[in-house]
Amino acid sequence: MNKERTLAESHLKIAVKRIKKDRLAVAGFCVICLFALIAILDSVPLPRRDVGGVKWTRTVLDSLFQKEVEKSYSPPLATSGVLNRKEFQLRSRHLLGTNNLGEDVLYNALKGVRTAFIIGIVPSVIAAFFAIIFGLLAGYYGGWIDDTIQYIYQVLSSIPGILLLIAMLMVMERGLWQLCVALGITSWVGLCRLIRGETLKVKNMEYVEAARALGANDLRLLFRHILPNVMYLIIIEMTLDFSSLVMSETVLTYINVGVEPGTGSWGQMIMTADRELPNGIWWNLTAASVFLFLLVLAFNLFADALRDALDPRLREA
Amino acid sequence: MLNYIIRRVLLAIPTVIGVCLVTFLLFNVFASPEAVARRQLGKNPTLAQVKTWVTVHGMDKPMFFNLNPGKDGRLHPFDSRFWNQMAELLLFRFPKSDYLHEKVSDLLKQKIGPSLTITIPAFLLSILITLPIALISAYYRGTYLDRFALLICVVLMSIVILNYIIFGQYLLAVVFKYFPIYGYEFGLGAWKFVLLPVILAVAAGLGGGVRFYRTVMLNEVRADYVRTAMAKGVSEERILFKHVLKNAMIPILTVTVLSIPFLITGSLLLEIYFGIPGMGNLMINAINNADYPVIRTLVYIYSLLYIGGSILTDISYTLVDPRVAFE
Repeated sequence: MNKERTLAESHLKIAVKRIKKDRLAVAGFCVICLFALIAILDSVPLPRRDVGGVKWTRTVLDSLFQKEVEKSYSPPLATSGVLNRKEFQLRSRHLLGTNNLGEDVLYNALKGVRTAFIIGIVPSVIAAFFAIIFGLLAGYYGGWIDDTIQYIYQVLSSIPGILLLIAMLMVMERGLWQLCVALGITSWVGLCRLIRGETLKVKNMEYVEAARALGANDLRLLFRHILPNVMYLIIIEMTLDFSSLVMSETVLTYINVGVEPGTGSWGQMIMTADRELPNGIWWNLTAASVFLFLLVLAFNLFADALRDALDPRLREA
Repeated sequence: MLNYIIRRVLLAIPTVIGVCLVTFLLFNVFASPEAVARRQLGKNPTLAQVKTWVTVHGMDKPMFFNLNPGKDGRLHPFDSRFWNQMAELLLFRFPKSDYLHEKVSDLLKQKIGPSLTITIPAFLLSILITLPIALISAYYRGTYLDRFALLICVVLMSIVILNYIIFGQYLLAVVFKYFPIYGYEFGLGAWKFVLLPVILAVAAGLGGGVRFYRTVMLNEVRADYVRTAMAKGVSEERILFKHVLKNAMIPILTVTVLSIPFLITGSLLLEIYFGIPGMGNLMINAINNADYPVIRTLVYIYSLLYIGGSILTDISYTLVDPRVAFE
């Protein structure tokens, strides 16, 4: 048992060492940590405050970055804005300007970080849950169980994902968590296929035979012995999926099936800002786009390095 | 060969039925007819309005089997929601749109043309551009040129398609005025409206495409036949552009089919931004007006296209690689 653990550790250590060599991946990891910190700050609530009888729930991020609402647009760092051809004085300076409602753009963009992390992680967890259960069962038991599960994912993968998403989101109420569930249900098939294939390979290995000979039951074999050996697939898939999930939020929000207005998200920001560009109002759109781009790029760089480090098929090369 | 094709088509039938089942479950079980009616009728419909909507759409019928005698006093066990909707889809008797009040099949006939004028050129052009770049990158694999190309690919992949469209339209159509901003013309005049959307679609898919094809090529480079060819003294250019490219056709064919969903998303957003009256336009109208019959039919038709496409791909595998048919 002890020896097993040291082996596993060294396995992890090798992976960490490989990633450390890739400077871009390390940079990506740092950016991810920074964004994650913002998301965490936005999830930690402060004690409720009573403002004129209305109870407010504020997070640490709110207390750090929330600014007074202005009357309308103002460019970054301006001291005055223009509304109906009349100039108005701003209450405070805004690093990235204000949007049409006079809200601070930097604050809105920072609020989008938490939403992005939820969209990037929760659907993957839901998808991984389905994929693990179905993939392990199909690969391990074979027979009619395998046939049924294969049939289910054959059907689901025949429906173009975007259409299934639209259909599901039209049937459900709109909201962040509904979006997560819909994205999770539409994205487990690929991983399930991988896990099934890997389980087929692993289940006939000697160590599984040995465990079975020692009297381990199916549950123990599946979750103690086979699952840890397909875990690398799940980790790789979850990091690779993060970027596409975050990007799909903006697209889905843009076509009116994503998160609701009022949920701070980059999709909402881009959606409200995209017609402002010809009027010379670039800061709102640019802020959302740059935040989105940085997070997605960081994750792409890190995920590639992680895959190269963890995937044994690539390691031989 | 014929045997293989027949078997492959027969195997697709359960999948088609499965797709019908999924759409039925989605629109009938997960959402009650009343909820659907309310969504479509807008804010605060009266109870009577909801009831008429439900009756008109046949949603008051039993779910699976109708055991109540009909108006003529006889039993119609199959006059239920399930069988009616299955028949609609399987026999191509598509329902009417709730918003546009036209048959969905007629709408499709109108809308498919403009969509294809974007997706087909974009698709062909992107293969023509990405494949050579991928080949060159694979040829110079491991060098700084290759690494730089890969980094650019990752950067391009990290930009969401919305940004390509918004900034592309703004720069090329609004600022520099190279292209019309918005609109469409049927017939040959379409080309000038289609040009910019096609360019943007190709640009948005460039990073992912180059990376994918490069990976495919590199997987092939490790194969035994490459070593044999090397040993025989075949030049590296010849191996790469002749032997490897031919063998890489199978994954490339697969991605052709797999990219159909991407073609939908791509054209969906492009059509909204450039005002092209195609399928994307139909879809976005259906979403905004809770037009369930249209979405239901589109889910089914695109799935049929996908299934048909994958059958064609499997058949073309047998042309590329005769071993496939015997497996």
